[in-house]
Amino acid sequence: MDSTAVAPPVAAATRPALPIPASIVPLRGLPVVGVVIAALIAAIATNKPWALNFFHVAGGGAWTALDLFLGLILGPVVRSLAPPARAEFTARYMPKMLLIMPTLVTMTLGSGFQLARHFDFLNTAYPRHGYIVASMIVVGVMAVIALGVLQPAGVAVLYELRKPQPNVELVGHLMKRYMYSAGITGVMQVATLVIMTRLPT
Amino acid sequence: MNERRLPPVQQLGVVSMILTIVSVIWLASYIPKHPPLTVSVVLMILAGVVMATNLTMLSRVQEFAWPTFRAVAGWTLVAYIVIAGMLEFVFLYDHVRGAVLLLMTLSLVSFAVNVPLLLGFGVARYQ
Repeated sequence: MDSTAVAPPVAAATRPALPIPASIVPLRGLPVVGVVIAALIAAIATNKPWALNFFHVAGGGAWTALDLFLGLILGPVVRSLAPPARAEFTARYMPKMLLIMPTLVTMTLGSGFQLARHFDFLNTAYPRHGYIVASMIVVGVMAVIALGVLQPAGVAVLYELRKPQPNVELVGHLMKRYMYSAGITGVMQVATLVIMTRLPT
Repeated sequence: MNERRLPPVQQLGVVSMILTIVSVIWLASYIPKHPPLTVSVVLMILAGVVMATNLTMLSRVQEFAWPTFRAVAGWTLVAYIVIAGMLEFVFLYDHVRGAVLLLMTLSLVSFAVNVPLLLGFGVARYQ
């Protein structure tokens, strides 16, 4: 009989069965973002109203719809999930949002400001100038929420999920913060809709 | 959860950004007239003081995931330098000059510091 003792395999600390984000920012999506930004720059440089309108309407529509959907529909659903399920959802969802949202915001605001210049809406003599200032205030509030709360929570979640032993409770806590702030920006988007529909009427 | 006693970096960063944004909206709301600059100057000074206080308080923290902070804040800073550079070009292209250009440039600097600070801190505090 072989007297050599074979040590039983030591139970390694197992990572929760969560997908690991390959990178914080999905690199495969960067060329698409690059093309969109290049097209936006071309639209602004040529000052073509159709192209500016396209970027403003397409970007603004998608941004508003996403914010409302995330904050008011998806948010409550995710909050009701068990922490591991919430973490799994987050691991697949968050990297995409890290590219999609800043791109949509850049499209909308860049083309929107240029459109306002083009049609002289920025001029204080414009009868509805107050609405333009109100839209700047709404965007300012949304920017503070997005840059001060939403984005840091999103990146922190991705860092946590790339650890060998991610803290599922922390991921759930950060996601809750993310969804609440998305809800607030979603409600603020309603104010944007009111302002934007008041401008041409 | 891994919540430690840390200075209120996030709150101060948000306050500094709010002051900056109010200053920019104040200036933008007067286009094409020359805006009264006092309000914007005061707001930008306050934003700068809050930002400097924030950076000082954070730099005094001993036990902190500084490598993570540097990685996140560094890459965010690179992105914001590009964005701020583009916006500065737009200001010059649109013939913004003098004190208004200075205030707008300072607001870009404020954003380029505050946003990386918030992102870097927001990630590193949980490491």
